[in-house]
Parts: sequence; structure tokens; C-alpha cells
Amino acid sequence: MTENQEKRPALYLAEYDSPEALAKAAMRVRDAGYQKWDCHTPYAVHGLDEAMGLKPTKLGVISFIAGMTGICLAILMIWYMNVYDYPLVIGGKPPAMSSFPSMVPIIFETSILLTGFGTLFGMLAMTKLPRHHHPIFESDRFEAVTDDKFFISIEVEDPKFDLDRTRSLLESTQPSHLELVEEAA
Amino acid sequence: MATLQSLKTPIKELGETHLLPEGTTFHDITESISRVTENPAPRGWWLLFIPALALLGVMGASIAYLVTVGVGVWGNNAPAYWAWDITNFVWWIGIGHAGTLISAILFLFRQNWRTSINRFAEAMTVFAVLCAGIFPALHTGRPWFDYYLFPIPNQMDIWPNFKSPLLWDVFAVSTYLTISVIFWFVGLIPDLATLRDRSKSLLRKRIYGFLALGWRGSHRGWQHYERAYLIFAAISTPLVLSVHSVVSFDFATSVIPGWHTTIFPPYFVAGAVFSGFALVLTLLLIVRAIFGFQHIATMKHLELMNKFMLATGLMVGYAYAMEFFIAWYSGNPYESWVFLHNRLGFGATDHYGNWGPLYWSYWAMVGCNVIAPQFFWSKKFRTNVPFMFVATIIINIGMWFERYVIIVTSLHRDYLPSSWGDFTATPADMLLYLGSFGLFFTLFLLFVRWIPMFAIAELKSVLPHAHPDMAELTREEKAGASSELSPAPAE
Repeated sequence: MTENQEKRPALYLAEYDSPEALAKAAMRVRDAGYQKWDCHTPYAVHGLDEAMGLKPTKLGVISFIAGMTGICLAILMIWYMNVYDYPLVIGGKPPAMSSFPSMVPIIFETSILLTGFGTLFGMLAMTKLPRHHHPIFESDRFEAVTDDKFFISIEVEDPKFDLDRTRSLLESTQPSHLELVEEAA
Repeated sequence: MATLQSLKTPIKELGETHLLPEGTTFHDITESISRVTENPAPRGWWLLFIPALALLGVMGASIAYLVTVGVGVWGNNAPAYWAWDITNFVWWIGIGHAGTLISAILFLFRQNWRTSINRFAEAMTVFAVLCAGIFPALHTGRPWFDYYLFPIPNQMDIWPNFKSPLLWDVFAVSTYLTISVIFWFVGLIPDLATLRDRSKSLLRKRIYGFLALGWRGSHRGWQHYERAYLIFAAISTPLVLSVHSVVSFDFATSVIPGWHTTIFPPYFVAGAVFSGFALVLTLLLIVRAIFGFQHIATMKHLELMNKFMLATGLMVGYAYAMEFFIAWYSGNPYESWVFLHNRLGFGATDHYGNWGPLYWSYWAMVGCNVIAPQFFWSKKFRTNVPFMFVATIIINIGMWFERYVIIVTSLHRDYLPSSWGDFTATPADMLLYLGSFGLFFTLFLLFVRWIPMFAIAELKSVLPHAHPDMAELTREEKAGASSELSPAPAE
């Protein structure tokens, strides 16, 4: 981005030195009623769900549906291939669903495989990743988020966002650094 | 009120310590682990990498030889149609199991010490399963037709037989590889972001940045991420138990004396974990020495791993004893013959008066797997690095012999003396096995050089003050005690 390009504010970024300071600040932002804001931490800080007032994740539902789909697909595949399309009689086992026990290992493995894919893609979809461009990366200080610093970001899209009021709210939480991150308009 | 925090504090009187040395900061962890990928490789790394590459070349050459001439270059022949190839397959896949055990089962049991070894062990799993896959793929004889194994239409217009344990193996191993890779990659995302943010050069920033998927450490992301990690652990646990059970079904569902036994699934899983822990420890000791990670993989971790090996070694020893009991208790003369003549080597000679020719491999197995780990009852041996290094190698030799004993000694004496034969390994057998180490170590050394070899984010989360005490903070807030903060501005 060149210097003379027009910029517009994207988010406030407040930096903290400890997880306690972050959690205290998060409780305050939560109580102020913001929606489009987030905490950024080097590792998963336990207790932030509560401090941010987040609902539990629904990822398990996606994984469960994917796993059940795996079971159904595996049964359908084995039935179609070994019973319907080309019946195989092997080891005296009839080519029908009555030889079900011998199908269990493959049904199990397929179900695990689909649960894995469901969980991976479900997680990526819910965290909205991959997303290689984000205004937060305009901040140089933000590079420490994967090292030892803790951040709170409040985005301008939030209905309660106000350049002055949001700033004074964040200032009241005593961040070690506070900046307004801008992006190219 | 006793808070969660006080429960997590080690009790000094009991000799408990923090997982990492006192005073370790978040930045220390980032710095010491990322540095390895940023600095030039130490000489020790090159000393291992060059031989590993050479061995990889040996593998390429021996595969080319095998594919050109045919599978007859191996020593397998009637009646021992399975020999080194399947031994190596079971051995490598077993090694992989410790990685999943450490990353998934210990995670479910909240064993936080795993954070120092899990990344490592997961990488080992992926590479070991790749090495394992080579052997059955080549053993089919015409590897270019291996796609017959998968349920895809082929020119013979026939589908795979889903009732065969060999096909279960195809599904189990390929699922295991896929899930292990996904689990490993998901664990890596935050650490790749760490490398991205530390990058000085644009190329590094681009590569690590691409792989980190734009990770911002956002808590809304962490929330789903942590649940995904839990789900992966929860599905990997039954998966890893199923994989070696399915491998053991290859043997247990047949009618060969010495194979046809119901103890095989748990026996194989215990053996797999045993050998895998041994290899994780071998690698950990090497890497610890080369890169100086004594403060992350501490003696405490090494000792815990030795205890694991002692426990699984005892399980394996119990299974060996139980096989003899069942051979006697079943009253099956073929079964007793296999165990007394083929394995123990005495008590029953053949009709020429010869002992079983491979009895030495059974005794090698018992010596390495049952006797060697007994030293770990003593704390002196559990904390002696040179001793444990030698012991882990002995254990892996023993575990290779275990599969060799099960496969070859059971096969080479069939029901009818007219179908008896002997098995001798050929140079092609040996070179491919040797070459598979080349593949493993090349991948492993590239991994330690370019990817954070310890889980940076997870290690940070086991530091003593990593998590705020929410109960305390909420109480403070209710009581208005958080007075160090200025009052929130009025709306």
C-alpha cells in the first residue's frame, strides 16, 4: 500500500501483556454489548469463552452428520458392489446383508474418514479460514500475537462502534498499546 | 475455596515439578523452537541427513530392481509366501501407533506432558505409515495394478471383496494415513503462523503464510479449533486401536497354527505402542542432543516414556506367555507343535531329529522385548540417557523379530511335512528394508529442519500462568474489586 492511497479505519487493536489483563478487558467489552470483536492469543486461553460470552461451538453436529453419512455410504457401497452389481460368495458367506459382520470394519473406517473430513472442513468453514488477507495484518505489532502478546480487536462493522467511545472503552481497560488499524479504502 | 489454579500447582513435598523449568516465558518457547527452522542446520543434522539421503537412493534402486525383475528377487517362496515384506509392513505400521497414542489418547486423558513430544510423534506416525505402505504395495507383484484394491471401476469389471481382512487393511491403513495427516496439519496451523510472523524474508513469509491459512489466533477461531482437536483425538483413539486390530486379523482369521488366535488384536496393539514409544524416544534423544532441547524434553518426559515402555513390554510378555497357555489348553497338536518346535526350538524335534531352525529368532524376541525393559523398574536406568538409547534400539529389534517369528516360523512348517520349506532372506529383502529407513529419516530430518518440531502453542498453554482464573476474575468484578482498571466509560 502506498502512502498517498486513501485509507479508512478498519478496527481498533488493543494489546495486553498477560492473559488476565486480556480476560478482564474482554469481560468489559462483552458487557458493553459489542458483537463484531475478537480476542487474539498465542494459544487457546481457557476461560475466554466465558469472558467473551461465546456460545459453545456447534462443530460436533457437523462431525456427527459426516460420520453418519460415512456409515450410510459404506453400507450402500458394499451392498451395491458385493451384493447387487456383482454378487461374491466367499468363505461360504452369502452375498447378502446377512454377512453383515464382515462389513463392519470397512463401515467403521469409512465413518472415521468422513468424520475427519467433516471436522476439518467444518472447522475451516466456522473459523472462516483460509483467509490470507485481513486488515488486522496491517498492524506491525500484531505479529507478536503468535509469540507472547494478547490482543482485542473491535471492528468498525460493529453497530456499536464509534471512533471516540470505543477508544475510551478500550483505554479504560489499560492496554499496553492501542491503535486504530486502517485499510486501503 | 480451592480454585482450579491451586489444584494445578505442583506439590513440592511430593517431588512434583512444573512440566517445563520454572521461569520459562512464552517468548522463550517461541524463540527456542522457531530458531531451529531459521538458523543454519547444525553439523549433526547434516551428518544424519546425508546418510539418510543415500539410503533413500538405496530404496529407489531396490524398488526399481524389484519392479524390473519381479517379486521373485525376494526370498519369499512356498511355503513362506509372507516374510520380510509383511514383517516390515507390520513393524513400520506398529511404530506409527505410538504417535497417535501420544497425540490422541494421552490428550483425552489430559496428560499435559504429551505437549513436549506430540508433534514429533505425529510426524513419526505419518512417515512410518508411508514406509509401511511400500511393502504390501510391492508385494502384490504387479504394483501398477494396485488400484484393484480400491473400490473404483476397473477393466475386469469386478469389485473388491469386502469380506477379506486384506481389504479391511487397505481401508484401515489409508484412513489412518489420511486422518494422521489431517490431525498433524491442524495441530500445525498456529505454529506455522508463528513462523510466518517471525519471517524475515518474503519467501518464508509467503510459504509459511500460505500454509498457516491466515491464522489470526482469534478466540472465535480457537473455540472451534479446540473442539476440532478434541474430535480428532476422539476419532483417532478407536481408529488407532482398529488399525492394528485389522492388521492382526490378516493373521488371526486364517487357519495357520500360530496365527489363528483371538489374543492377536490386543497383543498387536500393545506391541505396536511398545515399539512406537521406543522409536519416539530414540528420535527424541537424537534431536535433543543435536538441537539442545533438554529444557523442553526434560528428564521427566523421558522417564515417563520409559514407564510406558515397561508397562507395554509387560503386556507383550503376558501375551507371549498366554500364547503358550492356549497352545496347551486348546489341545490342538498343530498349535503345540508350532510353539514347542518352531518357536522354542526344543521339546519336539522333527522326524530327522532336528530342532526348529528358526528357534533363535524366538529367543532374540523374548530377550529384547521381555527382558530388556525390566531394567526400567529401577529409576537409575529410567533416567540414564545412554542406557535408554540402547534399550530403545534393542526393543525395536525385538519387535521386528516378533513379527518375523509370527510370520515366518508359523509358515515355514506347514501341516504336512511334504510342504515344509525354509526361508532365507535375499539381498533385495535386506536392501529394501534398509532403504525404508532412508525414506523415514529423510522425511523426518526435513521435518525437524523446516517445521516446528514441538507444538509451540500447546507448550505455551501448559505454562503455570497460561490461563486466567475466571472464577476469581468474575468474583472480583462483582465485588467491584478490579479497581486497578479505571471505571468503564458511561454510554
